[in-house]
Amino acid sequence: MAMTRDQILQEVQGVLIDALGVDEDEVGPDATLMADLGAESIDFLDIVFRLEKAFGIKIPREELFPAENVLSNKEYVSNGKLTAKGLEELKKRMPHTDFSEFANDPNVNKIGDLFTVDVLVNYVDSKINSAG
Amino acid sequence: MRWIWIDKFIEFNSGSNAVAIKNITMAEEHLHDNFPGFPIMPECLMIEAMAQTAGILVGQARNYKEKVILAKINKAVFFNYVRPGDTIKIHAKIESITDEAASTTGKITRNDPAATSSAAASETIAEIDLMFSHIDQNLAGKKFPKENFVFTDLVGIVLRASGIPAPAPESSK
Repeated sequence: MAMTRDQILQEVQGVLIDALGVDEDEVGPDATLMADLGAESIDFLDIVFRLEKAFGIKIPREELFPAENVLSNKEYVSNGKLTAKGLEELKKRMPHTDFSEFANDPNVNKIGDLFTVDVLVNYVDSKINSAG
Repeated sequence: MRWIWIDKFIEFNSGSNAVAIKNITMAEEHLHDNFPGFPIMPECLMIEAMAQTAGILVGQARNYKEKVILAKINKAVFFNYVRPGDTIKIHAKIESITDEAASTTGKITRNDPAATSSAAASETIAEIDLMFSHIDQNLAGKKFPKENFVFTDLVGIVLRASGIPAPAPESSK
């Protein structure tokens, strides 16, 4: 079931429009789920369910949103910022995300900004196209 | 007023779907304020009836291991009024269920006993899709008040009367 990136993007946008009640023009690839689209923690669960259904894949929640596991580990967080070890751990768990900006100021409060529409598309892409 | 919005389960398929019924009666106090002279069941209480039906379905699917709380109303669309004398059927179906949450879809229908054809007999009153969160009583050491949960003692009474496994009655603490 090989899908092009564009097809995946369209499907992901559809999921976000349904789950978050936002408009089509709000879900650009760079839109952040929390800051721009107003997603809350229960919405993340809803998004996972809908992505699973839309693409016929299984998404372990810690795979897509591993931040909670990392944040609860004292080795990875210090004074409201991720330690070098923490940043590395997060990068390892989120290979589908761009950390270049975040790495300059790994503030724990800014982790939400990492989750963009594009990140979801990358994740789904790797999930369905590697299974082939 | 007792906070129970379903009277009986008429169908219960563990882990899959369930149908409950509720009778609307003039004896319900709130109907006389909603609205004076024109009693109709408030839509928010129809959502609560669905939350109780679907919440029990979700909780029982995991043997009532965790507390189930209504977390999100994904969709609630209403097509007609519900009046005293009506019996509504609340149909709930589990779409997904995991350790942390569950999502359900459902509809509320009403049978019209005066209907002459089977097509007119069952009318869809509402479509309601919900999301529930599963929490352990002691999530991060927090204790949640009894009112937050679907599984009240009244729910236990309804379940046992309908022949369905119920959570153990709350022991006095």
